Amino acid sequence: MSVSSGISLLSRALVDPSACLLWDVRDWETLLQQARRANLLARLALGFERAGLLSQLPAGPRRHFDSVQKVADSQERAVRWEVAQISHALHDLGGPVLLLKGAAYVMAGLPAAQNRLFADVDILVPRARLEAVEYALQAEGWQNIHHDEYDQRYYREWMHEIPPMRHQRRDTVIDVHHNILPLTSRLAVDAGMLLAQAVPIPGWPGLYRLDDVDLILHSACHLFLDGEFDKGLRDLVDLDALLRHFGGQLNFWGDLQARARALGLGRVLFYALRYSAQILQTPVPGEQLRALRDVAPETALLAWMDGLFLRALQPDHPSSEDAWTGVARRLLYLRAHWMRMPTGLLIRHLATKALRRQPEEARPA
Amino acid sequence: MKLAVLDSAELSARLRGPGLVLRTGPVWLRITSQLDSVAAALASLYAEQETLLAGQAQPFCDFDVRVDAVSGPRRWLRPQAQFLFDALKPFKPMALPHASAMLEWGLNWCVSSHCHQYIIIHAAVVERGGRAMVLPAPPGSGKSTLCAGLVNRGWRLLSDELTLIDPLSGELVPLARPVSLKNKSIEVIQAFAPEARFGPLTRDTVKGTVSHMRPPATSVQRDTERARLGWVVFPRYRADSAIKPMPLARGEALMALVDNAFNYHLHGRQGFDTLCDGVAAADCLRFEYSDLEQACAYFTALADAQEPLR
Repeated sequence: MSVSSGISLLSRALVDPSACLLWDVRDWETLLQQARRANLLARLALGFERAGLLSQLPAGPRRHFDSVQKVADSQERAVRWEVAQISHALHDLGGPVLLLKGAAYVMAGLPAAQNRLFADVDILVPRARLEAVEYALQAEGWQNIHHDEYDQRYYREWMHEIPPMRHQRRDTVIDVHHNILPLTSRLAVDAGMLLAQAVPIPGWPGLYRLDDVDLILHSACHLFLDGEFDKGLRDLVDLDALLRHFGGQLNFWGDLQARARALGLGRVLFYALRYSAQILQTPVPGEQLRALRDVAPETALLAWMDGLFLRALQPDHPSSEDAWTGVARRLLYLRAHWMRMPTGLLIRHLATKALRRQPEEARPA
Repeated sequence: MKLAVLDSAELSARLRGPGLVLRTGPVWLRITSQLDSVAAALASLYAEQETLLAGQAQPFCDFDVRVDAVSGPRRWLRPQAQFLFDALKPFKPMALPHASAMLEWGLNWCVSSHCHQYIIIHAAVVERGGRAMVLPAPPGSGKSTLCAGLVNRGWRLLSDELTLIDPLSGELVPLARPVSLKNKSIEVIQAFAPEARFGPLTRDTVKGTVSHMRPPATSVQRDTERARLGWVVFPRYRADSAIKPMPLARGEALMALVDNAFNYHLHGRQGFDTLCDGVAAADCLRFEYSDLEQACAYFTALADAQEPLR
């Protein structure tokens, strides 16, 4: 197993759970450590359950799967409850509220929701309604977390979301978006196109999710443009689950390509399909990747990007790192910032962050 | 094989090299450390715990932890110790002399944040005649002191901090690790049970002076034997008070258990049902005391008045 192939014990176990039955205890220990660090322990347990292997596993790992199953079950209950609270808070406003990512998977009953652990609920609303939504959430007990003036401005003028809000009693966090990519991004997306195709969530008037193909493109944007790769493999597992679920539908692959091109996300889709297939053996039809050749990086650049992404998409654990992993993650972080804003703004932003940090650290403990 | 059989050279070699593997209750640990203070504390506090013979097949270790000095230039100015788990540092470094206490707190954290197969309550738990007595209480109430007193008067230690309840059977699962005592209660127990063995005194921690007591040998030897809930007792030390047991409504006891639980919310309906059934079969009381000997005698008489469960 080499790091540059992107194949960690964890991705092997996710692809072929039965292979683990032959592993020794040290491999199992490493596997569980990798899974905990990648926030995929519950998903790993699900793989064994779906393969009908849970009862054949050694008792040690099974204890941890029992433990994390309690967490996953309770999080699913909690998300449903939280969505009900959000729906209640925003009901009178009328306009559409789109659930994003984990909350959408849960409420739409998608297989990607199963045993997915998450930290907050993300929603998307039309930009014109942001203020009303924020006000309505405040009225029901959510409060802005970032109070710093620069942070407020950073979010409100340049980002695709307002600062996160935390509920004062439940401590739950909601991220309110008006787009899936920053306003300043080199790859700007027309949010109107996403809203126009939104799919209602049955039984929840006013609540929607992104269209099937948009779910995938959003997940891909999050993974390949966000710059935080410590949970990158988790996002790739989401993509894999969505692609496997929708991949069998008539016209799905053609629609996915057409939509990606229409939104200007062709290359992001290329990366998503390439690395999902390489690392998690997602059944991506070969002609789909070939058809994206015109938006894919040219050969030399692609070799570079492989070197970066295959390292960054490993579990964030010493057992799946080599001498270049840290560099790869840092370069991808810089790339994400580069993609996120024009050069002038980027320099100003990084300078502000750097200068602002010093007085905080100098403060006596 | 118990850890006391290892000589100090072998213990150090394991800690500095591949790791010391030991079992406590339902969990296997692998501990690595270059620090002599950690080796000495383990030798004294974990003497009765199960470890491996040289060459014996390794079990699956639930938690792989490391306590070591923080490297870098600061180690000359202000030497510090850090705790590592899955190659992460979940806590801020502490002063180097706190290393062995940090290991204890780190292990508590490992269990309370990763063993959700159990309902975990912040409470001491001891057993006599097959019945367990759970002592949930805020810090400073005398919970650990009473627990240490009882286990030095014939009760079996299940845990002084973490009450583990199997949500399927409602049974209490032992985790007979060192008993943490603070400030004055260290001297109280040393006078009460001169034969009790203590680890090093750790001064100036956030909790004051801390010392850990080695769990009684029989408690460790029986640390796979579960127990049923017999009593829920909320102790309160009050200077010069005579022993004063006061009956407590079961509903109130149940809510107090929930308040003291680390992970009740994860167990949903099953957690509620299990705690209800457990408390319904238990006697619940508040208990004020000042004299530890009298308090222990009271509970021993209470336990011995009932038919043993096994």
